[in-house]
Amino acid sequence: MSRALRYGVLVVLTLLFVSPLLFMISTSFKDRQESAQTPPTWFPQNPTLSAYDQILTATDTPVFRWFANSMLAASLNALLVVATAALAAYALARMEFRGRKVVFATIVATLFVPPVILVIPNYEIVGRLLWLDTLIAVIVPTAANAFGVFFLRQFFLQLPKELEESAFLDGANTWQVFYRVVLPLSRPALATLALLAFLTNWNDFLWPVYVLFSPENQTLQAGLSTLQSANAVRYDLLMAGAVIASLPVLILYVFAQRFVIEGVSRSGLKG
Amino acid sequence: MSNSSVASRQGGQKTAWLFLAPYLALFVAFVLAPIVMGLWISLHDWDPNLPGKPFVGLENYADLVNPDSLAFTPFWDSMQATGIFTLFSVPLLIVVPLAVALVMNQRFRGRNVFRSIYFAPYVLGVAVVGVLWRFLLDANIGLVNYLLGLVGLPETTPWLSSVPEAWVALIGVTIWWTLGFNAVIFLAGLQDVPPELYEAAEVDGAGAWAKFRNVTLPSLRPVTVFVLMITIIASANMFGQSFIMTGGQPGQETRTAIFYIAETGLQNFQMGSAAAGSWVLTLILMLSSVLIFGLLRERGGGRQ
Repeated sequence: MSRALRYGVLVVLTLLFVSPLLFMISTSFKDRQESAQTPPTWFPQNPTLSAYDQILTATDTPVFRWFANSMLAASLNALLVVATAALAAYALARMEFRGRKVVFATIVATLFVPPVILVIPNYEIVGRLLWLDTLIAVIVPTAANAFGVFFLRQFFLQLPKELEESAFLDGANTWQVFYRVVLPLSRPALATLALLAFLTNWNDFLWPVYVLFSPENQTLQAGLSTLQSANAVRYDLLMAGAVIASLPVLILYVFAQRFVIEGVSRSGLKG
Repeated sequence: MSNSSVASRQGGQKTAWLFLAPYLALFVAFVLAPIVMGLWISLHDWDPNLPGKPFVGLENYADLVNPDSLAFTPFWDSMQATGIFTLFSVPLLIVVPLAVALVMNQRFRGRNVFRSIYFAPYVLGVAVVGVLWRFLLDANIGLVNYLLGLVGLPETTPWLSSVPEAWVALIGVTIWWTLGFNAVIFLAGLQDVPPELYEAAEVDGAGAWAKFRNVTLPSLRPVTVFVLMITIIASANMFGQSFIMTGGQPGQETRTAIFYIAETGLQNFQMGSAAAGSWVLTLILMLSSVLIFGLLRERGGGRQ
């Protein structure tokens, strides 16, 4: 393919991907009237923070609170995923015990179970645990992540065994070898899994929409749909909400995009 | 056993189960138990807010296949919506990302920047993407209709309130949202194709198309099957785009199966019927996967 043609295609695609986001940001700084005006303006004629002001002070749509909820939920979920998956994956990669094959096969099999099958019964289970309308409901159940165990086991299997063996010779026990030798060697894999878990949880939609009811308990994604039903055609407010919901992940993405993209592509090659 | 020297020092069975315990507790509570419990719920008239949950046997399933029952039409309409979406979105979500990956599969300046840009919408999540595109696709004040009008095309297309326009919108937005995800996986696959294969093909006088057909596609086969699998699952589980952009409209034409199941079970609390519906959806999904991959294996057998 010729160079000019390739760059032509790439630039057109870039416009398709970037301009909606720029328009979203631009609209969030418009006043109510300008946000609904035809023809639309690319840049706000009277830039204003009124949309942000309004949604940040509205009590039925506490966007800051949603932001804090999402941060807390996604961080704790990522921590829980990495901690539990790393321990289990290490046992499955390096230890010999009765039932290992059955346990691993069962975990892998559930990778292919469509999530819809779990929605109704998990709602019932979470209800009985009295977790409905609490953040625990969006932190704990989704941490039972089969992909994490599979992903980290593959990584641990590739590590050279010599380091672990010499640590054992120096008198370390299994926990010390795992904690002091294996985990430090696995930082890139652990970081990738943590980022993927964080993003998945941050962006989860169906589950938080139905298990969280109170305005102050929403996550950002579920909250956005509340914001939309409360302000159906107030696009200035909706775009301000969308900007607040995207900014943290976009910033995280700018700094960590290599991990995210490599994590996704590696998951494909090993799947 | 190659790892016996490490394994022999691992403190035996008890240590292994201690390492597994935290994960297995979550796994049993929120994956294995729910699978069984979902079946159990589907055999009952199950409203979590009522004390009695009478056992009804297979009645919930019978209702789903009985044209005279109240559940029949909405359920199969929603299955049809999911079917339409999957049928049209999956091929596009394979071909377009593959084409983008092919364009990117050369060394050139700024390649990683372009890759990051195309992937970016994926990290935004369906709620942001849905709210943003509902605005852009607004029939009266939306940017899309405005731009179409500028180039002399119809400028009043009701993208979100009539079909088939709404399907075009939902599928287009889904491509915008997840193109980068699939493209990144394809790109990694393309970079793993051994360069010797291309060199050998060139020695044999193969042109660009012949190289693509005889080297790229066969080498990319495992990656393609993987992408196909996750894309079918994702499309068959479509919910957020409809929920936010169209609300299932017009009528209930774009209300997908997941949307119907969630409404029935978690809003109207007819959990037995919803659980039965999710099992029917799962079975159909599994059957079609087996069918598709059976066909793929048959057709690919000769080439490998």
